[in-house]
Amino acid sequence: MKIRILISLKKGVLDTQGKAIEGSLQKNLGFAQISQVRQGKVVELEIAETNPAKIKEIVDEICDKLLVNKIIEDYSYEDISSPVGSNALRSGAQQLRNEGE
Amino acid sequence: MKSAVITFPGSNCDRDAVDALQQTGARVQRIWHQETKIDDNLDLIIVPGGFSYGDYLRYGAMAAISPVRIEVKRLAEKGVRVLGICNGFQILTEAGLLPGVLTRNKKMKFICRTMNLRVENTNSAFTNKYNKHQLIRVPIAHMDGNYFADSATLKKLEDTNSIALRYVNENGNLTDEANPNGSLLNIAGIFNEKKNVLGMMPHPERAIDLDNGSSDGLILFHSLLN
Repeated sequence: MKIRILISLKKGVLDTQGKAIEGSLQKNLGFAQISQVRQGKVVELEIAETNPAKIKEIVDEICDKLLVNKIIEDYSYEDISSPVGSNALRSGAQQLRNEGE
Repeated sequence: MKSAVITFPGSNCDRDAVDALQQTGARVQRIWHQETKIDDNLDLIIVPGGFSYGDYLRYGAMAAISPVRIEVKRLAEKGVRVLGICNGFQILTEAGLLPGVLTRNKKMKFICRTMNLRVENTNSAFTNKYNKHQLIRVPIAHMDGNYFADSATLKKLEDTNSIALRYVNENGNLTDEANPNGSLLNIAGIFNEKKNVLGMMPHPERAIDLDNGSSDGLILFHSLLN
């Protein structure tokens, strides 16, 4: 199964990169309506496993042991194996393509 | 004193650490990060500065799960002294040998500058040759030295005298201006509770020769000979 893990800084932890992006969007590009920018990380990987409970166990373990520092970071994950389902980003892109055609 | 310096792919202060140790007359062996057995008779292990694994994912995160980590942890628990400098400090926090975490500098910039530090606790193997609250000058060179921990951890660090070094101004006062990277409580270095593990962002191995601006770091290496 193909999994996408989203890692974000915990609320309250200073996100210097998010702040810099926010400043650039607001001041340099004039997007005054944009605020609260937070930057995170995306890790995509394949797991040779189909049982959701087992996948959760593996994702939790690799996040705990390497991918996430729980002092400052939170994480969530989604199944991106199928073209439909929970894959919001891909379906969004697909919709744009369809509209273009 | 029998000491060892560990090298990870991307370490770049390992040879400076060896030089500093040799200046004090210590015997030094170099250890590659894939080692699974370290000499039990060591007095000191240095985890040096650099950019281990290119700082990928999080600074120090990959090095903290290198094969050698199990031995470093085993020896640290036995009481062997472990000194993590700069990236070494980041590795020790990621490995769980020290509390908290180092995050990106508040102003997003790499800072390479000699700092005024105050020695907060001289009752340790690393700092016994300094005077209490001695003002020392030691350089920093990092982009990710902004110490963060939750309030309970910070309180515990203070309650157990585990803050080793703080950034201060030239008069020895804790001020926001003297804090280069946004570290909570102006923290530049911390001990574990047993005081046999020290992590610090400043580079004592770069302050061992007056011709290079300061020899205040050499005192730390001489302290370890005691």
